[in-house]
Amino acid sequence: MSVITLKVNGQSVEIDIEPETPLLWVLRDNLNLTGTKYGCGIGQCGSCTVHLNGHAVRSCTTTAADAQNFEIVTIEGLSENADHPVQKAWIEGDVPQCGYCQSGQIMAAAALLRQTKSPSDDEIDSAMTNICRCGTYPGIRAAIKQAALGQGG
Amino acid sequence: MTVTRRFLIKSMATATGGMLLGFRLPLLASATPYQTAGASASELNAWILIDSDSTITLRVAQSEMGQGIMTALPMILADELEVDWSLVKVEYADVSENLQRGGVYQSMTTAGSRAVDTGIDGTIGRSMPLLQQAGAEARMKLIKAAAETWSVDGDECYADFGKVYHRPTRRSLPYGELTAIAAEVSVANVKIKESRDFSLIGFSASRVDTPAKVDGSAIFGMDVRLEGMVYAAVKHCPILGGKLRGFRFNAVRNMPGVIAAVRLDTGVAIVADTFWHATQAVDKLAVQWDVGDENKAYTEKFRNEFYAALAEPGTIVRSDKDTEAALETAETILVSDYFVPYLAHACMEPMNCTVHVTDDQVDIWAGVQDPQSVVEVAAEFSGKPKAAIRVHNCYLGGGFGRRSNNDFVLEALTIAAEVRLPVQMIWSREEDMRSGQYRPMAAVRFKAGIDLDKNIVAYSNHSVAHSIRQDQDGTVVGAIDDISLKGLADLPYNLSPREISATIKNTHVPAWWWRSSSYSQNTFALECFIDEMAAATKMDPIGFRRKYLADRPDMIEVLNELERLSGWKSRSSKGFARGMAIHESAGSIVAQVAEVSVNSSGQAKVHRIVSVVDCGNLVNPQIAKSQIESGVVFGLSAVLFGKITIEQGKVLEDNFDTYRVMEMADTPVMETHFLSTMSDRWGGLGEPGVPAVAPAVVNALFKITGRRIRSLPVSDYYLSRR
Repeated sequence: MSVITLKVNGQSVEIDIEPETPLLWVLRDNLNLTGTKYGCGIGQCGSCTVHLNGHAVRSCTTTAADAQNFEIVTIEGLSENADHPVQKAWIEGDVPQCGYCQSGQIMAAAALLRQTKSPSDDEIDSAMTNICRCGTYPGIRAAIKQAALGQGG
Repeated sequence: MTVTRRFLIKSMATATGGMLLGFRLPLLASATPYQTAGASASELNAWILIDSDSTITLRVAQSEMGQGIMTALPMILADELEVDWSLVKVEYADVSENLQRGGVYQSMTTAGSRAVDTGIDGTIGRSMPLLQQAGAEARMKLIKAAAETWSVDGDECYADFGKVYHRPTRRSLPYGELTAIAAEVSVANVKIKESRDFSLIGFSASRVDTPAKVDGSAIFGMDVRLEGMVYAAVKHCPILGGKLRGFRFNAVRNMPGVIAAVRLDTGVAIVADTFWHATQAVDKLAVQWDVGDENKAYTEKFRNEFYAALAEPGTIVRSDKDTEAALETAETILVSDYFVPYLAHACMEPMNCTVHVTDDQVDIWAGVQDPQSVVEVAAEFSGKPKAAIRVHNCYLGGGFGRRSNNDFVLEALTIAAEVRLPVQMIWSREEDMRSGQYRPMAAVRFKAGIDLDKNIVAYSNHSVAHSIRQDQDGTVVGAIDDISLKGLADLPYNLSPREISATIKNTHVPAWWWRSSSYSQNTFALECFIDEMAAATKMDPIGFRRKYLADRPDMIEVLNELERLSGWKSRSSKGFARGMAIHESAGSIVAQVAEVSVNSSGQAKVHRIVSVVDCGNLVNPQIAKSQIESGVVFGLSAVLFGKITIEQGKVLEDNFDTYRVMEMADTPVMETHFLSTMSDRWGGLGEPGVPAVAPAVVNALFKITGRRIRSLPVSDYYLSRR
């Protein structure tokens, strides 16, 4: 165990853990930030997607040690009042069904739009590799395009 | 239970592990967030509470697993109640209350079809009269309360948008000011609205669960956080059906955070301060298992046995006179065998359950499809009365039938009863997939006799399938499991004379309900064989179906619309082909066209799915469309990639890298059309979008490759253009 300092959603937090603990479980079990979900543990499904310095990463395959020195943003910290353009587009389109994967989908979409203001269908296909068993993909695609308009891109 | 010494000196306050500085934690949940009604709210009936500030709380007796039930069912109440939808809050009905109040919510199950045309799909149709009645009763109580307040005749009053009006004097009172009186009055001869007066039903009201699902605040089972809660990770016997013999706890007991080990029937659990610590220890735990012959089981062996059984006579379900003779004397006879593998549900949220057992109460937090059976399981397990069992249902991170099986609940109960702390048990994705409950394996043999004029003069199907009911209660030995014959015994086609037979063939693999269950097996086989018969009689697939559905004008209308809306008669682009299929269940008819191509690596690509649906009436068109398209994607995962492989009794697939499912890039354009029909049907939509997808895709691929695929998934084949 050693004290790791993480900067999560704009706040510094010191946690006494094994440095190789996946960031996912630090967020969920140590910090009670349960909006970030566990789906596969092998970086495959994307339910655990968070931002490190604005880039989408799978937190289940990122260790706490590796996440030090980055600005970590989770779904809880994406916006003050769920008013990030991506969240607004998600609400407008009523995208979620069961909703479990949606935090990860939203974080992946927000990172995509940060890098590519107006992504093409192919760019959406290659950036959005998060799995949704409810099959909300058409709604996600439409909401990303809507959000691209909403951010003035 | 074996407890570490360290745990004994460990204080409860640090049980969640770690030291926190300067960080604002989300509130600890003591229950699900759904108990929203304030103490000042008056209950007008079991479904409806109204606060003095006119806030309306409506209760939902079914589980929200993505199908929009938490929105669609309250819409039915709200329509009768005449309220402002934006003031409505929704909460789950309490299963304990259902028990105490004599089943006022009736069945709270949201699960597979245990009886004819009910279950998951039947929810709307089944709930409709119940909810309309409850909404209308509350409305009449509010009107009566107003009439008493004003000392006027109730017939002079009416309700609209959250207020009661007195027509002659144009006075009005908001519901909030009437609710206390209304809760005390009783009304008789409750009258529900005519459908032409619906104010909310038929409109795409926003889903009530969306806001919580876009800011991370929605509480799924795995998100429950309790004071002093610990975590459990589980290792099951990799050979399905194997039992725990023993394990060496000493080797892991000093690993970080480890608290205890608990024996389970088919596995072992490690309890620790965090799930990560529990996982680390359970991975390193050496375990001995007791297994029988199950380790000699292979998918290929099952497949051979299923095919062999096709050739043996089955139990006769229906046998028209002269079927056999007509088959034998027909000019041509067409015989085809179809096969589908076991499938996993692969819900995005792996199975998990949080339990706290105390001397006089058992509290259970989980996303479950059947909270009533959870009460029964927990009462039986703990020996406590049902009144001592509290089930706190959460949002379900996918259900698809999986969460109506309480195997994981029972394990969490076992663990919590030993550690006597609030404990959250989580199955890793690998445990979830390898120790699952699976959509049955099945094979079907079809025969069709064809005369010189290209008419089908005799028909038979023989199904060999794993029976879920046989696994459950063993009551169908030597008999017929009509549920596993859905879509085959109740064939909509006028093919006669016909013979329908069935053989039950169960293996050691646990089988369970899976979104559309046996329809997903049988509709694939049947609708592919229908295309084979169409080809053998030189008919267009839609034309053939029209001919043999002559006494089903409702299905013909769906076919006609599909033909028109899909551009069926127009030429496909080069390298593309269209296939179609039709299906009926839960009071809904769904016909689909798939437009496909084959890529240079011999794999299928689905470009477009057109669905035409006749479900009668729609409660919420947007949710209805989402459900059909969700079913399409679910069906595509199964037809293109889905299979659970058994080797040496074990499931080979253990995560999304080996059990591939549809992703964004795989998803076709979907066009979904609902027929507007004048009917009193409220058909279900959760399942009927699934079954016809597989045959539509496979029928389209035939046009490209010239080869029939009769065993799924498609990814087992290298496809080449003819």
